[in-house]
Amino acid sequence: MNFDKELDARGLNCPLPILRCKKSLAELTAGQVLKIVATDPGAIKDFEAFAKQTGNELLSSAQAGGEFTFFMKKK
Amino acid sequence: MDQKKLAIIATKGTLDWAYPPFILASTAAALDYAVEIFFTFYGLQLVRNDLSVLKVSPLGNPGMPMKMPFGPKWFRGINWNVPNAIQALVPGYESLATVLMKQTIANNGVATIADLRMMCQEADVKFLACQMTVELFGFEHSDFIDGLEYVGAASFFSFAGDSDICLYL
Repeated sequence: MNFDKELDARGLNCPLPILRCKKSLAELTAGQVLKIVATDPGAIKDFEAFAKQTGNELLSSAQAGGEFTFFMKKK
Repeated sequence: MDQKKLAIIATKGTLDWAYPPFILASTAAALDYAVEIFFTFYGLQLVRNDLSVLKVSPLGNPGMPMKMPFGPKWFRGINWNVPNAIQALVPGYESLATVLMKQTIANNGVATIADLRMMCQEADVKFLACQMTVELFGFEHSDFIDGLEYVGAASFFSFAGDSDICLYL
């Protein structure tokens, strides 16, 4: 998937992945896509909740080898 | 949609209890909530310039695991069940527990209190400090970080009264 910015949140624990995501999204313009890589097992549910509450669109979430990859489109 | 509001009353002044208000406030701010924290009684320690006053005590806290943040895996897994009587007698036990907890925090990719507090301020979380407690405890405004508003309980209610969530921590 194409993306405009990548956030490496590996090794960070709650709530840092969400806080960094918020910060990274602020540097994008509407419609641009942020790729996030995290290792926090709570991240899947947390990013779903973040997208639902903020209106940014979670395009996909995937898990492979202990890493979680998300693509989030800025509203 | 109206902006949701979170009001927090922070009353505890230890390293462990410093986390819940700052984690919840920073996360809520990231979720576009308006957030205010009212720091009162021991909670005032969380907005001091010098955060080294924050310590953790396992004394009288049977819920706190005492595990070592270093060494081989089998060693880290041991829970050091030290009786309260010994914890109370050994000088520096609290400082030791605090050093170990800070190491555990770093090992687990958990943010420091200083970082979380800064992230709250960057996200426009409003910090209110209880002026009555400031005087009661003999603090000066210069003991605290910039950006605090020194108020009484009534000011807290003007925000908390319309909040969606109000937490006493």
